[in-house]
Amino acid sequence: MNPLHSAPATLAELSQAGVARIRFVQGDDNAAMRLRELGFTPGTEVSFCRQAPFGGPIVVALRGYQLCLRVNEAKRVLIETIGDQK
Amino acid sequence: MSLRLALLGSPNSGKTTLFNALTGLRAKTGNYPGVTVDRRLGAVDTGEGEITLIDLPGTYSLHAVSEDEAVAVRVLKGEMGEAPPDGIVMVADATTLQRSLPMLAEILQLGRPTLLVLTMIDELKARGGDYDLFLFKKLLGIPVLGVVGNRGLGITDLRENLADPSSWARPASLPEPNTEARFAWADDLLHQVERHPVQESGMTRAMDRILLHPVLGMAVFFAFLAIFFQAIFSWAAPAMDLFAGTTDALADWVLHVFPPGLLTKLLADGIIRGVGAVLVFVPQIALLFALIFFFEASGYMARAAFVVDRIMGWAGLEGRCFIALLSSYACSVPGIMATRSIPSPRDRLATILVAPFATCSARLPVYALLISAFIPDTKILGPFTLQGLALMGLYILGGVSAILFAALFKRGLLRGASLPFYLELPPYRFPSIKSIAVQVWRRLRVFLQTAGSIILVGSILLWVLLNFPQTETPDHYTPAQAQAHTLENSWAADIGHSMEPIFAPLGYDWRINIGLVASFAARELMVSTLAQVYAYPDDGEEFAGLGQLLSRNDPITGKPPLTLASAMSLLVFFVYALLCLSTFAVVKRETNTWRWPVFMMTYMFAVAWVGAWATYQIFI
Repeated sequence: MNPLHSAPATLAELSQAGVARIRFVQGDDNAAMRLRELGFTPGTEVSFCRQAPFGGPIVVALRGYQLCLRVNEAKRVLIETIGDQK
Repeated sequence: MSLRLALLGSPNSGKTTLFNALTGLRAKTGNYPGVTVDRRLGAVDTGEGEITLIDLPGTYSLHAVSEDEAVAVRVLKGEMGEAPPDGIVMVADATTLQRSLPMLAEILQLGRPTLLVLTMIDELKARGGDYDLFLFKKLLGIPVLGVVGNRGLGITDLRENLADPSSWARPASLPEPNTEARFAWADDLLHQVERHPVQESGMTRAMDRILLHPVLGMAVFFAFLAIFFQAIFSWAAPAMDLFAGTTDALADWVLHVFPPGLLTKLLADGIIRGVGAVLVFVPQIALLFALIFFFEASGYMARAAFVVDRIMGWAGLEGRCFIALLSSYACSVPGIMATRSIPSPRDRLATILVAPFATCSARLPVYALLISAFIPDTKILGPFTLQGLALMGLYILGGVSAILFAALFKRGLLRGASLPFYLELPPYRFPSIKSIAVQVWRRLRVFLQTAGSIILVGSILLWVLLNFPQTETPDHYTPAQAQAHTLENSWAADIGHSMEPIFAPLGYDWRINIGLVASFAARELMVSTLAQVYAYPDDGEEFAGLGQLLSRNDPITGKPPLTLASAMSLLVFFVYALLCLSTFAVVKRETNTWRWPVFMMTYMFAVAWVGAWATYQIFI
């Protein structure tokens, strides 16, 4: 089973989809606020660039720039994949 | 009272380069009261009089999550004990407007006169991007200027526009005050004015394919480290030798020319050599800062932080802490100053607390002396000798200890919710050399003020302790006996003897204790103190053989000053102990309390004592 079809996908699983659209950022703490202010707003297109080895941080591209996030932060960003991966 | 304008922008927006281009060396750096955030003010000549430009810390939004962002917001709102600025100059990278324009909306909502400066206009064009600037200005309502900061294009025009913020046009429309509305407003605006979208930087993509590659990226990272160390240790060496030679020559000249007496000796040995001890580090620290600023502005530092984030994450730190630790290998004073770029106060404190474990260059003379005196120069494998391996071992011991203690602090004392880790990876850019030179000069000035005053006072004090009280020497004494006599009756000897209960278990006698007391002011004073204590006037080539002086039987006591066991114990003591008043002072300055420097001094002394004691027991 592709996990993208079961639970709501998060940015941490973006490597499987490549490109996705942001649904929303979970929570209302500083971390969530800052992610929104960095451009993770609903509908924004985000694409996977790379991940550091051994579960290190990921790099994603959105709004014309590249951002490095740890997996923990990336898990808070819910995404929907664009198009069908089948 | 001249006009005050605030310069605001996100990190990597080119704000610092622009500030340096506008103000040059006419900027003052200080601290905001009560916080440790750089307060940079510069004078700008507009052609119609001078205005004051306030360089605010880089921020991604006015909803502050870190201390320096909070300062930026409070300055804008006039909550830092000063009136709000007469106008705000917002700096935005023209290639990332989709992200930075929403912050402009936040600023416009403050209701102060605002001007937008678009930087990296050349890069925008090179990457195929094009905006209808005329329409952009019309839709925004406020003045918009394009510049290329590192080539000085558009700067003159900008200067003229800074003269009268009250004449700046006011915004045409504002979005609702919430994040989503601001992004929608910015997206809508850009959609109308964009003629061609900006393409991804092909060079950046190609370079990242290598520099961030799981294997190649690591290789490049280690090569980067190697170049870094090579630079600060080898490339700075000629300049350092020149400084050291000059101060020595000057001190000798003073001794030769001025009438002999205490004042002459104080001037030559206390003051000139004392100041020289600081100046000798200036070339190295200048080079260190130049490299850091260069790699930061070029975009590589962010990549290096990405590459090491996994390791730093294990210690509870983040990639950016590594830059401060790396700098501490030259000197922990600039290293601790570099922690200012770490957004999380806990991570920053943990980094400060372990930074002095990194093997700074002041330890090198001590390590080199003890290793050459007590470790045989046996070949082990290929070009490696036992001495070289010992030195490398000490460097690694320092680095590993720093990471381990950081992990310990972050799991205990400094536990708590951490800030989100995010790091922009800007496109690779060639930095403005002029801007780097200006920044290096500013940091050097702080170093000279902090370290200079302490080491000067420390070396004068040490000279007094070693030479007073002045006692009569019996006439039949040889010069060596006379020197030993002066030392034995000095205040320094009293201090050395009083330290015996503490240091005897580690294998040091009272003379070594004097060196230790001296090195609490600065580590490198250990070597010169030992030279003063153990070299006798009739020894001949005294400095050439200080190593031999430490292992030979002392003509006065009949015993060698150090054995293999006590030398090893001393090396371990130097790895861990915070023997540096400048570091102590800079930690006080950066944490704004006596608590942390005192804590640091104490725990590092405890670790050093236990480590040295254990080493002594092993080797004895």
